[in-house]
Amino acid sequence: MLATEPRLERPDDVYEALIEAQRDLNPADAERFRARLILLLANRVGDDEAVLAAIAEAAASPRG
Amino acid sequence: MARSFDYVRYPYVRSRDQDAATPAHHPVVVTGGGMAGLAFAVDMASKGVPAVVLDDNDRVSVGSRSICVAKRTLEIFGRLGVGDRCLEKGVTWSAGKVLRGDRLLYAFDLAPEEGRGRPAFVNLQQYYVETFLVDRFRELGSGGPRWLHRVTDVAPDGDRVMLAIDTPEGPYRLTCDWLVAADGVKSTVRAALGLPFVGETFHDCFLIVDAVMKSDVPGERRFWFDPGFHDGGSALLHRQPDDVWRIDLQLGPEADRDEEMKEEAILPRLRAMLGEDAEFAIDWASLYTFQCRRLERFRHGRVLFVGDSAHTVSPFGARGGNGGVQDADNLAWKLAAVLAGEADEALLDSYDAERIPAADENILNSTRATDFIAPRNPAMALFREAVLDLAERHAFARAFVNSGRLSTACRYPDSPLNTGDGAVEDGVAPGGPAPDAPVRIDGRDGWLLDRLGGEFRLLRFGEPLDGVDLNQICVGRDIADAEGFVASRYAGARGVTYLVRPDQYVAARWIDPVPAGIEAARRRALGHA
Repeated sequence: MLATEPRLERPDDVYEALIEAQRDLNPADAERFRARLILLLANRVGDDEAVLAAIAEAAASPRG
Repeated sequence: MARSFDYVRYPYVRSRDQDAATPAHHPVVVTGGGMAGLAFAVDMASKGVPAVVLDDNDRVSVGSRSICVAKRTLEIFGRLGVGDRCLEKGVTWSAGKVLRGDRLLYAFDLAPEEGRGRPAFVNLQQYYVETFLVDRFRELGSGGPRWLHRVTDVAPDGDRVMLAIDTPEGPYRLTCDWLVAADGVKSTVRAALGLPFVGETFHDCFLIVDAVMKSDVPGERRFWFDPGFHDGGSALLHRQPDDVWRIDLQLGPEADRDEEMKEEAILPRLRAMLGEDAEFAIDWASLYTFQCRRLERFRHGRVLFVGDSAHTVSPFGARGGNGGVQDADNLAWKLAAVLAGEADEALLDSYDAERIPAADENILNSTRATDFIAPRNPAMALFREAVLDLAERHAFARAFVNSGRLSTACRYPDSPLNTGDGAVEDGVAPGGPAPDAPVRIDGRDGWLLDRLGGEFRLLRFGEPLDGVDLNQICVGRDIADAEGFVASRYAGARGVTYLVRPDQYVAARWIDPVPAGIEAARRRALGHA
């Protein structure tokens, strides 16, 4: 249910836009930006189980 | 006490029991004449079971307290004979606004769908609800609650419970077969039995004020996050009858309780909210923090806990009073069946099986609302602000805004009283509350739930079944489904048959059942294995 194979056509552009949107933000505003983004994307996914699986995966992914 | 309400001081009356040489015995004693205890006693009385109600006070609820009477409670009150008075007196509402600062984020309307019967909510002060229940209790032939009879100790003793009671004329004792503890969040019975009350306490302090004010503001619910007029978190404004307005102001964890309750502290807060020109008077005020806690079990042998003595929630979502009335609704028919010898004591274990999940649902919902309103950690605060950032422009984000998920009827899908589902699609699954619908009875407009009443019933689409020892209500014969709402809500096709419990919950359903199957389901719903 959690699609983790590559699904974006232009991953570099999307990644850059993510970073760019936060470049001039202070840490609190950047955090708030990311929270809004998560909510927008969760709704766009439109599948409760997939969102819950993504939360679990993000929590479980090892840190470097 | 609320100044706008004309309190009756119910007289203390000496009971014959106080002169008995040995403690008098009663089948059922209820401690606490609040919403849950009175609803329970009225329900029992309507089934012909006298219950002795002991109350430590001599009047109904001192403040407006639980003001929001939900649809399910109105349905129960309809069955108990106080529904019309509540509807008549109450403010029916369905619309609301959510604001942030001084800015409107969005408006909503929970207008009931067509043919739904009672409204989603009415606002009505608890003192009215309790007054109506007291009147009804007396109307049903009881002498009313024993006012100023205060329970001081409780001791289970084999197959009975001993009670010590204090009165203005001194103490006396009683025994009973069953004790229903409806004595509130500070329950004497719970303390006497030494039962732990498990859960969380929240530290934010809230000021709750009823103000009498003439106003053109409609009866909608207004909720502010970070209001411009109040420095402290959130605010609520909601209309009650008699031009009384409920105001709820979050004060934070550091509030000075003694200072904040002074009129000179409250008035400027209200002026900031209602406007310098508003003419109002403080009717009642209270300061509170929340707890979300419950007993591990609600049945302890012959002692049964209902309402706040069993569980307590934050007020957001109107789940305290409504939850207590639903407890009473669930327990009354079961205890009546046990007393009548139709069921074994084991039926009472289903009170735990059904009402503990209901309490957990109420606690979960009210905890979530409280966490949204008064975030307890940085993540809660961050996402709350992000949701509010989005809610003005995007409908999806409004689904996350939580200023209280208002109480709806609980479902008991896993109840041991249910009989496995007999292949009906749609409609009402076992463990669900029977939905209301407009019907015609003997050529007159009426409502299905009123016709179902308070006993086991068979609701059937088609001809009555032979060989069934149950009161059958046949759609087409006993009720006319003129507008088709019964058929659509119950997936009614010829042969579809529902077994409805005395609390108007569905116990089983089938297409073309045989009498033996119906009898087995009825026995199961009465707790027979």
